[in-house]
Amino acid sequence: MTMKEKTKLSENSVGVTQTKHFTFEGLTLENGEKLVPVTIAYETYGDLNEEKSNAVLIVHALSGDAHVAGIHEGQNDFGWWHSMVGPGKAFDTNQYFIICSNVLGGCKGSTGPSSINPRTERPYGLDFPLISIGDMVDCQRRLIDHLGVKKLLTVTGGSMGGMQVLSWLIRYPDRIRSAIPIATAIKHSPQQIAFNEVGRQAIMADPQWRGGDYYGRSAPTKGLALARMIGHITYMSDISMAERFGRQKKNHDTHPFKFTADFEVEGYLRYQGDNFVKRFDANSYLYITKAMDNFDVSQKRPLHDVLKGIDTKILVIAFKYDWLYPAYQSKEIARACKLSGIEATYCEIDSIYGHDAFLLELKEEAHLVSHFLKKVFFEYEVTGSYDT
Amino acid sequence: MTHENIRIDHRVILEVVAPRSTVLDLGCGTGELLYILIKENNVRGQGIEIDDGAIYKCVAKGLNVFHGDIDSGLTEFNDKSFDYVILNQSLQQIKHVNAVLKDALRVGKNVIVGFPNFAYYKSRLQIFFSGRTPVTGAMPYQWHETPNLHFLSISDFISYCRLKKINIKKSIYLNEKGNISLLPNLFAQTGIYLISG
Repeated sequence: MTMKEKTKLSENSVGVTQTKHFTFEGLTLENGEKLVPVTIAYETYGDLNEEKSNAVLIVHALSGDAHVAGIHEGQNDFGWWHSMVGPGKAFDTNQYFIICSNVLGGCKGSTGPSSINPRTERPYGLDFPLISIGDMVDCQRRLIDHLGVKKLLTVTGGSMGGMQVLSWLIRYPDRIRSAIPIATAIKHSPQQIAFNEVGRQAIMADPQWRGGDYYGRSAPTKGLALARMIGHITYMSDISMAERFGRQKKNHDTHPFKFTADFEVEGYLRYQGDNFVKRFDANSYLYITKAMDNFDVSQKRPLHDVLKGIDTKILVIAFKYDWLYPAYQSKEIARACKLSGIEATYCEIDSIYGHDAFLLELKEEAHLVSHFLKKVFFEYEVTGSYDT
Repeated sequence: MTHENIRIDHRVILEVVAPRSTVLDLGCGTGELLYILIKENNVRGQGIEIDDGAIYKCVAKGLNVFHGDIDSGLTEFNDKSFDYVILNQSLQQIKHVNAVLKDALRVGKNVIVGFPNFAYYKSRLQIFFSGRTPVTGAMPYQWHETPNLHFLSISDFISYCRLKKINIKKSIYLNEKGNISLLPNLFAQTGIYLISG
C-alpha cells in the first residue's frame, strides 16, 4: 500500500506530519544537576486560535514519541493515538491546536542518553543525569512558552503520560484549564516497580549493554527485547490475551528446535520485542522507567492539598481490566479531588483490554474526552446524547 | 426550559434548593435533576453514579460525576462540603441506609431525601385485594426485577428521623397530580424531605 492510499484509508487523518525541534539553553534538573543544552522534539496539528485558548498538550507513555497522529513521509505506521487525534475526532484538530513532544530522556529527537554530550562529544550513555517526571514537564512548559501558549486548554496522557499530567497540576496549575489523567497512578506500587526492575535487569544483563557504553557498536537488543516482552504481558489482560491468541499454534510443520515459538502468543511477544529494538534505545528505557518509579506526586504535599482552591477541571479515566495501573490508583486521584472540593469526573470504562485500553479505539474514551473538552472550551454546558 | 416540562419531584427539589448553592447528587442517574439545578438555579453540582452508561450521559450534559457506589462514595468528602446532599429515589436502593444517611448529614449542611411511599393507598389495595406485591407508578417493578432493597412508608421515615434525632425542616408529599397534604401516609405516592443533622 502506498502512503497516499493509507492516509486516504484512514478517515479524518491529520495527514502527513513532521517532527520539529526546539532547543533551549539548558535546564536545572530536580536533582540539582544541569543539562546544557536541551532539545525537545515535537509535533503540532491544527491552528492556534487568536485568543490562544485552544491548545491541547498530549503527553506520551514509556515508549511513545511526539508522533501522536497522522503519518510520516515514507513510513507506514500512524501515530500512537491516531484514533483519538484528527479532524472530527475526540481531540478535534479543526477545533484545537494539538501539541505533542517527546519526553526528556527519550530517543525520538529529544535530549536523552543517546544524545551527544557537548563536553565529550560522544553520546552521554550513563553520564546522562537521572531525570524525573517533573523535569519532563519543565521541558514541556518551555516548549509551550516557545509556542506562545499561556494557558493550555488541557493536558492529557495515559500511563506515564498521566503522571506528567499530575505533575503539571502540581507544578503549573495556573497554566492549565483542565487535566485528563488516564490509567495512571500518583505513585508506583511495589508491583509496578518490580516489573520495571525486571525490564532494567534484562537490559543490564545483556553483555552488549557494556555499562551503557554501546553506541557505535551492537546494542543490547536481546535485553531490550526481553524487557519489552515483559512489558507487553503487563499491558494486556488475561481476557484480551485469551481472545486474541487462545492456545492457537503458529506452525504445524515439524519443529527444528524444541523451544520455538509454538503458540501464537509466543510469536506475538517475540515480534513485539524484535520490533521494539529497532526504534528504541536501551538506555532511554532505563532512565525513563526509573523516572516513573521515582515519581510520587504527593511527595511534598498531599495531592488534595495542592488541588484546593484551583479552578482546573479534571477528568480521570481508568479501565476495568487494567491490572498494571488498577482502577484503585485512579480512584486515589478522584479521592483527592473530592477532598479538595474541585469539580471532577471519574469514570472506570468497562473494556476487556488491560492497560493498553487507553491506546485502542474505544468509543467510551473518545466520548468522555470530547464532551469534557467541549465543556471546558466553551465554558458552558453542552447538550449531547450517548447511544449505547 | 419551562417548569411544566420538569418532572414533578424535580420541580419540588428545584424549589427547595437555594440558587448558587453547592449540591451533591447521590445516585444521580443520567443527570436530569443535576442538569436542571445547574441550569435553573445556577448551583455548583457534583454527582455520584454506579452505572457507566448513565455516566456517559451525564458527561454529555457537561456534568461532573464520580463513578462509584453511594455506599462507599461518601466517606471521602469533608464535613459540610456541600449545601445540599440529595438522595432522590435512591435511598431505598442502597445497602447501608444508616451509614449513608449519617454520612450524608455529615457531608451536607442539608440533605434532601425523596422516596416512594410503600403505604400509598393503591399499594395497600393491591396487597389487600390481589394478595400480590404492589406495582405502582412510583414503584413500577415486579418483585423479581426491582432494584429496591428497602420498602418504607412515610410514617416509617418520620419515626426513623425521630429515633435518630434527625431534624425534618420541610416535608412535601406528592401524588400523580401534584402536592397533597391530607393523610400523606395513605395518599402520598412520594415523600420528599429536607432534613439536617
